[in-house]
Amino acid sequence: MTSTAHASAHPSDAFGARLGMWLFLVTEILLFGGLFIAYSYMRARYPHEFHAGGKELNVFLGVLNTAVLLTSSLTMALAVARVRRGDGRAAAALTGATVLLGLCFLAIKAVEWSQKIGHGLYPGGPALLSLPLGERVFFGLYFTMTGLHGLHVLAGVSVLSVMGVLLLRGKSGPARPAVLENGGLYWHLVDVVWIYLLPLFYLAA
Amino acid sequence: MTTLARPLPHTLPSYLEDSPRRGIAAWLLSTDHKRVAMLYLFSMVSLFFVGVALGVLMRLEQLTMGRTLMSAQTYNALFTVHGVIMIFMFVVPGLPAVFGNFFLPILVGARDVAFPRLNLASWYFFIVGALLAVLSLFTGKGAPDTGWTFYVPFSLQSGTNVTLAVFAAFVMGWSSILTGINFITTIHRLRAPGMTWHRMPLFCWALYATSWIQILATPVLGITLILVILERFFGIGIFDPARGGDPILYQHLFWIYSHPAVYIMILPAMGAITEILPTFARRPIFGYRAIAYSSLSIAAFGSLVWAHHMFTSGMSAFGNLIFSFLTMVVAIPSAIKVFNWTATLYKGSIRFSPALLYAVSFIFLFCIGGLTGVMQGALAINQHVHDTYFIVGHFHYVMFGGTGFAFFAALLYWFPKMFGKTYNQKVAYLSWFPLFTGFNMLYFTMLVLGYMGQPRRYYDHLPQYHTGHLVATVGSWFLVAGLLLLFGNFVWALFRGEKAADNPWGGVTLEWKVPSPPPVENFEETPVVTGPPYAFEGEALP
Repeated sequence: MTSTAHASAHPSDAFGARLGMWLFLVTEILLFGGLFIAYSYMRARYPHEFHAGGKELNVFLGVLNTAVLLTSSLTMALAVARVRRGDGRAAAALTGATVLLGLCFLAIKAVEWSQKIGHGLYPGGPALLSLPLGERVFFGLYFTMTGLHGLHVLAGVSVLSVMGVLLLRGKSGPARPAVLENGGLYWHLVDVVWIYLLPLFYLAA
Repeated sequence: MTTLARPLPHTLPSYLEDSPRRGIAAWLLSTDHKRVAMLYLFSMVSLFFVGVALGVLMRLEQLTMGRTLMSAQTYNALFTVHGVIMIFMFVVPGLPAVFGNFFLPILVGARDVAFPRLNLASWYFFIVGALLAVLSLFTGKGAPDTGWTFYVPFSLQSGTNVTLAVFAAFVMGWSSILTGINFITTIHRLRAPGMTWHRMPLFCWALYATSWIQILATPVLGITLILVILERFFGIGIFDPARGGDPILYQHLFWIYSHPAVYIMILPAMGAITEILPTFARRPIFGYRAIAYSSLSIAAFGSLVWAHHMFTSGMSAFGNLIFSFLTMVVAIPSAIKVFNWTATLYKGSIRFSPALLYAVSFIFLFCIGGLTGVMQGALAINQHVHDTYFIVGHFHYVMFGGTGFAFFAALLYWFPKMFGKTYNQKVAYLSWFPLFTGFNMLYFTMLVLGYMGQPRRYYDHLPQYHTGHLVATVGSWFLVAGLLLLFGNFVWALFRGEKAADNPWGGVTLEWKVPSPPPVENFEETPVVTGPPYAFEGEALP
């Protein structure tokens, strides 16, 4: 056997693939964990400023985005259920829906960010510099954490797009459901992180 | 005893000969764990010698008082880059990425790691990070000068190329994480039939514990480094006190990774030593389970001691007390290992070899490093020696005397298996004398200098420290001579060495039951394991 064939020597170990994905998710949680530690500490240090900062955010857009992302998790879960039942085409369609909802989330996020930036509420921005230190930290954390989360949504959208194409071409599909399952796990993680970000920033007021 | 169903055929070509690709692509695109290990070995040893050269230059600067060779700013850059290279590119990934990659699958009876392509990808993360770090020396406004710890607020204010160096460390962190994920999955899923947890060689246990630390600690460093970059570019105000941030928060987040990272560095080294000792003492390891579980408990307790780097940073007295206590607790599993190693040698029919010589030196040097570590865990002493050469001496005893010597011992032990060539034993013995002597001249002197009050990271020294600095600098020359002999011997063996036997040391773990060098698939057929890993009983001594 050549070493290229060797590279895929254990493709059938779905349990191993899932284990690897879960371990990766652990690292993602800890990556955000560092930020959550920073958030908790800063919030304890500047409780009033964080309260005031939360009032500046658009709760409607935040909740709307939550609804979008939760729906996308639903379509994702349905896609995984479909692929397990052997229906690769429906799974591809549902994965496509997930991708679209993810893009929708990013679009709303972009609207929000540009509003804030338009008002000068960005690190080093004129409006933010007139605010007390604690609120500046609040917005620093807001942009860092939602920005990192946004990057993860973008990564998820890219990965799921590839998976959708693989499903359509029959290269992933019911024979190897672990591939789409792992994509789904990642997408749910992205969703879960947002569920924590929403109350910490938008509902903090 | 581990058994193979049939005697080994020597018909299969070795992994060095058998590749579907030609030339450089056979290496750069190969997902064979043994070839990936070789990529790591050669890139790391090269970087190690760059680090050594920087260290020697620093010692030369201290040869005389005042300016000898370089400005203070150059000296700052040297100790920063020396630290970044040695820690992130040699000591942290060293043993897992080289020997772990090469031997973990063989030791558990697998054909490869669980995710071979991911394994190759982690080398690319590593080498891109390494290249970025090297690039940071020559681009921007000069090499970073913050020390490898990148402490804020200085790392936010320094005009030097901190951003690129920090990003390099971030990229290399992902290499470490992916390797960790790969090893844990390999150990869980790919053990050969009959290879129960308690029949695994202890190097695998050590790698297992290490991988967990890599997974749990590295991401926190990753995000911390990203925050430094964001703070430098956008001023988000998390670490910078002028913007409402807190520099102590940085220190906590940094050490939450970087202290456990110390155990990423030392655990695989301990694992390698645990493989070497039984082979040359010709008896099973003493206290198998104690060693296995002490690896796990070092990983667990080691994650709870980070703030002992910050006793002088301004923490509450109660916090100091807790961290001081936990620091001393870590000494217990480490001592368990040391006693078990000694007990393994006791009444063994010891056959000396260069690998054993380096392994025993590891135990000696690690004890000095470990005990000086416990000293610093004591709050009163810590106040006195914080940020002195005592710290520098201590961590070189652990990192170089410990991990470095274990790396050399592992290379001496496994070299014939990895390359199928034999090095010159006499030269290998000979290299030990200057290396060991120079090492102690250099670093023991540092312990003394530090206790006398020489601060670390100064490019100059006062007259009362001059003799010590002189001894240390001369020691560094011996040390380099030893290193050149050691590695010169390896290079010679690669080209001129005689063909190695399949089992030159009479080892009993699985890697000694496959040809030297192993074939691509490691095993002709999957081995079946029927007993503990270190079974020498009843074996006729060769």
